[in-house]
Amino acid sequence: MTRPEIAPDIDDEFDERVAAGLAFLRRRLSGQYEIDEFGFDPELTDQVFQPLLRQLYRRWFRTEVIDVKNLPAEGGALVVGNHSGTIALDALMLTVACHDEHPAHRHLRLLGADLVFRMPFVSELARKSGATLACNPDVERLLTNEELVGVFPEGFKGVGKRFVDRYKLQRFGRGGFVSAALRTRKPIVPVAIVGAEETYPMLGSIKPLARLIGAPYFPVTPTFPWLGPLGLVPLPSKWLIRFGEPIDTEPFADQADDPAVVFNLADQVRETIQSMLHETLDLRPDPFGE
Amino acid sequence: MTAVTTGTAGDRARAPRVVIVTGVSRFLGATVAARIAADPRVRRVIGVDRTDPPAELAPLLRGITLRRVDLTDGAASLVGLGAEALVHLAIMSSPDPAAGGRAAMKDQNVIGTLQLLAACQQMPSLRRLVVRSSTAAYGVSFRDPAVFTEDTEPRDVPRGGYGRDILDIEAYVRGFRRRRADVVTTVLRFAPFIGPQADTALSKFLARPMVPTVLGRDPRLQFIHVDDALEILRRSVLEDHQGTFNVAGPGTLTLSQAVRRSGRIELPVPEPAMHAAASVGRGVAGLSLDQVDLFVHGRVVDTARLVRQYGFTPRSTAAAFDDFVRAQESDAVITPARVAAAEQRLLDMIRSVREKRKVTR
Repeated sequence: MTRPEIAPDIDDEFDERVAAGLAFLRRRLSGQYEIDEFGFDPELTDQVFQPLLRQLYRRWFRTEVIDVKNLPAEGGALVVGNHSGTIALDALMLTVACHDEHPAHRHLRLLGADLVFRMPFVSELARKSGATLACNPDVERLLTNEELVGVFPEGFKGVGKRFVDRYKLQRFGRGGFVSAALRTRKPIVPVAIVGAEETYPMLGSIKPLARLIGAPYFPVTPTFPWLGPLGLVPLPSKWLIRFGEPIDTEPFADQADDPAVVFNLADQVRETIQSMLHETLDLRPDPFGE
Repeated sequence: MTAVTTGTAGDRARAPRVVIVTGVSRFLGATVAARIAADPRVRRVIGVDRTDPPAELAPLLRGITLRRVDLTDGAASLVGLGAEALVHLAIMSSPDPAAGGRAAMKDQNVIGTLQLLAACQQMPSLRRLVVRSSTAAYGVSFRDPAVFTEDTEPRDVPRGGYGRDILDIEAYVRGFRRRRADVVTTVLRFAPFIGPQADTALSKFLARPMVPTVLGRDPRLQFIHVDDALEILRRSVLEDHQGTFNVAGPGTLTLSQAVRRSGRIELPVPEPAMHAAASVGRGVAGLSLDQVDLFVHGRVVDTARLVRQYGFTPRSTAAAFDDFVRAQESDAVITPARVAAAEQRLLDMIRSVREKRKVTR
């Protein structure tokens, strides 16, 4: 963007911004905006959530994306990634990558555990930003609507693992996500996210405290809980997000109900992501480098 | 519970000659009875309720045979009338404090339906049964999918009385279906009704200047416009539509969005306080546990089966709600016009301040 040099232009730009901002506020205050059946609020996401996350994505984590061309420009697809980092920042950064780096500026519809939807405030932020519950009816519905769906099959086993286990993929469960892709005949795009592991290096978990608050773990990191709220600031690691070649599910589409086929395909996806992780890690010798 | 298309279009359109409508002493029942009676093929419409209809419904009920029957005492008197279709609308969605409260509501909903279905089984002439149900049939759970199709099984029993009644009613209807497979049985799961009049517990609630909501929750809501509900009911009586159908306006509004569209003000209350207010006696401020459930979980259903089967798309949830808003506008605190005017004033103010600055510079 070129910087306008004469005063009237600056005025006009300022005027436009003020007018756009006020119009946004008016639409929000009078409820004149659209949400989809899952509760996704595209306006709020584009105007409020994404700009905030973008700061973290660009300035704090200096994120770079590799092979974003592997993400389909249109149509439904299931994006499957590795999960890490104590809190699910990797999922949020992946939504920025899909929206900002891809020419089609696609919204990634995340799948969350039921714990996310139990919590007040968090549940509503999740829905408004396009997330929904990780259950097959919702996944199949989103994929049939030609949406890009993001899933982290490791779940809490992935985010809640200790720092010593970093970049080691955990079990993928029974692979329910694969059967959803098979049933809707949509490709699976594996993605490796490097960098999230170092944001909150988890040294251990205080189990009794976790049980008390009903969480799967209570993290202890080098800064949390020792530094109080300051411990919530993620360490500024360097992030790389790599999209792998889409896996065609068409050949297996009729076998969505065969648990062995589904399990093997899930395992193949897992292997792919694990080897992508190793390759991508080699590109980043210093976790906190530029 | 799958939709079965029966026969050809001409066959499906065969109208019943004698129709029984329960719940005619209320707006929905009376209007449905009037619309069916308006069809020349229908010879006789018999309206049933346990109380006499109020005077304002009298014009609708002209030409309709009225019978005072308390269904909870048994419905044997309806057996010999030669009815070919029966519409069961005597189902209450909220307790009426003047008529026995929740206990009477449960009696009428559950026992009334049980007795009525027992009578239906004895009617050899019966060809069609239409039962009012509700999207509350899906129960509430945090593990629910975002959108319910007719085949979604409830995961948890709802806390609210109406939701529980609906589960019981549908169980009785399933039993009836097994015993009378020759009767075309239509179960209509209605989203909350909305229209120009605020006459349901929920719409009365949304018509207040300050609307209590649950802190940290912004549920997705769906409504069905009363006129569209009436049309679906009319077609269900006059044509064959076997199966269970979600009846809702496509699309959704969040509660906060609905409150803003109607120019009301949200009053967020922590869930335990809301729960307590709804549990005390008849519920403080018109609150019920059904509403607390709805205000925490929200409820969105898929209407593809309805649209396919009936060839009729109800107006969207947003359009139906806007019809309600227009009728309630006089009580609005913040109207869109006022917000737009405030926006214009602010813009003008900013511009004039900047103009002055430019001049002095």
